Amino acid sequence: MTGAPLPLTSEPSGMRAWLLSPEPHSRWQARLGRFYLGWRSFSRNPLAVVGLGIVILLILVAIFADVIAPYSPVTGGDLRTQRLLPPSETYWLGTDDQARDIFSRIVHGSRVTLFIVVLVALIATPIGLLVGTVSGYLGGWVDTVLMRITDIFLAFPRLILALAFVAALGPGIENAIIAIAITSWPPYARIARAETLMIRNSDFIAAVKLQGASTPRIILGHVVPLCLSSLIVRVTLDMAGIILTAAGLGFLGLGAQPPMPEWGAMVATGRNYLIDQWWVAAMPGIAIFVVSLGFNLLGDGLRDVLDPKAAK
Amino acid sequence: MVSAVMNRGGGHASALRSSLKNVAQFVMVLMTTLLGLAAVTFFIGRVVPIDPVIAIVGDRAPAQVYERVRQELGLDLPLIQQFWIYLKKAVTGDFGNSVLTTNPVMTDIANTFPATLELATLGTLIGVVLGVPLGILAAVKRGSFIDQFVRVLGLAGYSIPIFWLGLMGLLVFYAKLGWVAGPGRLDVTYSYLYTPVTNIVLLDTAMQGQWDAFWDAVSHIILPACLLGYFSLAYISRMTRSFMLNELAQEYVIAARVKGLSEMRVIWRHALRNAAVPLITVIALSYANLLEGSVLTETIFAWPGLGQYITNSLQNADMNAVLGGTLVIGTAFVLLNLVSDLLYRLLDPRTR
Repeated sequence: MTGAPLPLTSEPSGMRAWLLSPEPHSRWQARLGRFYLGWRSFSRNPLAVVGLGIVILLILVAIFADVIAPYSPVTGGDLRTQRLLPPSETYWLGTDDQARDIFSRIVHGSRVTLFIVVLVALIATPIGLLVGTVSGYLGGWVDTVLMRITDIFLAFPRLILALAFVAALGPGIENAIIAIAITSWPPYARIARAETLMIRNSDFIAAVKLQGASTPRIILGHVVPLCLSSLIVRVTLDMAGIILTAAGLGFLGLGAQPPMPEWGAMVATGRNYLIDQWWVAAMPGIAIFVVSLGFNLLGDGLRDVLDPKAAK
Repeated sequence: MVSAVMNRGGGHASALRSSLKNVAQFVMVLMTTLLGLAAVTFFIGRVVPIDPVIAIVGDRAPAQVYERVRQELGLDLPLIQQFWIYLKKAVTGDFGNSVLTTNPVMTDIANTFPATLELATLGTLIGVVLGVPLGILAAVKRGSFIDQFVRVLGLAGYSIPIFWLGLMGLLVFYAKLGWVAGPGRLDVTYSYLYTPVTNIVLLDTAMQGQWDAFWDAVSHIILPACLLGYFSLAYISRMTRSFMLNELAQEYVIAARVKGLSEMRVIWRHALRNAAVPLITVIALSYANLLEGSVLTETIFAWPGLGQYITNSLQNADMNAVLGGTLVIGTAFVLLNLVSDLLYRLLDPRTR
């Protein structure tokens, strides 16, 4: 925040005036101002704030899992007396077939979920962004070939393609992440391409080109940043789908392997005790539901702020 | 009206030519997509860490035997040639034999696909019958209780894990309340009462007048079908709402109201008819999605369909069956997408 006159007085309106100044003195001030405006319209949507709250809670629980969880997520208690106990004061959500506290396992499972979501986003978004912007900016046969490949991946139902990949690579959480990432990038490429087609012919690109900027420089420095906001919306909206796919893979025994406390795999364990010990299957499922709901609400809210055209 | 007819008469030859060109384009897209699907499954089959030769001859076989089987399987050929052989076989429906059932994979798929089709069709029907009116109501009474209800239904549908909801459904309606039959397609006692013709149990039993068996089949299918139907409903009602909102804001709706048409007529005859065109695409898409959703649903309900076949094969590392099933579902997915696209062009005069 250099160069900007900072009227950081005790008066909050001064701060707001600085943020909303029509003539920002620095890039930082302009960016903060935009962010503030976005936050104002975002926070007017109560459901979106709830979604943000759920996602922040997930992150906090994942960070402080060791502090929050009262028992070990992996090693259980006495198999004779503490197996499949119903929810009680000692075991808030009951215990599973290995006498492990379900609450502690769900708390630690948030780390697995967050790990999957973040890694998939980190792998799939750059691939989609690169394919889409290159395809849209260069056009011609590059565009045709890249979009054909994208269409082929889009043509596969997501879970089934992920299943086939995991079957080939072998079950495990890393392979599940790779498989989900491989099935996630095509829609991002489509969106990035559509955005690029609109940006490509604008005057400022022509100006940069006349200044002698190279194609990679134009794509990376000028096209990619403008595609980001609609892509962020899409990725956030997709996170619920990623969580559900990962849980589905875990449920089928193809994702995280025991004893890792993955929520989908926990539901699968509970399936064997469904009728008499329903909580074993029910509790982790609720966790999956709440977290994907959180991402859906957050994504909806972000879309209204960042991409008003797409909202209904 | 008259001028429109005349226009169409005048441009007949060119319209025909452009539609022929469209068909050619469609065939091209279809071919390259299917080729791509085959390439992906072929590639997946090649990266499998299991050596198919060792799977057949065992790891203590002498080197000559190993080499002979390797040549019989065509694994010594260059990759591109192997892919060509794979393609030729795939076109004739030859995906090799399943290790698990020892049948040709195609026979297994032909046996299991009707069950999946039955379930997905019933699910889509439930989704359309409930979802379209709900979506229309939500659009007409925007911001009302029903609108909020549809919104919540939709959000939940996008967030609930399908396998969990299925388990909870079994727990409540089968185990606790006893309203529906449990997993499976039909009780064993009924399974000899009819001869499978179409392999669609509801049709077979009804056509042969075996009503006891029919009602048993209904009691088995109703829960998984409602489950799939719910996910279809969540999607269809949300899309119907947004299409209807779009149409209701058009000027022709105002014109119809100014003419003094009843609100019912404006909504159901004028707006819905225009919203129906994109809606067909959505319904076809949701049908395709149910084919996918059936993988988890069938596993939970022990439904002997293609989805369960794929997951069973997966758990036994039966790659021929997995890849064959994947290719068949992928093809069905592509075809449904194309059909919906064609229908869209056929029904919407603006795209001609």
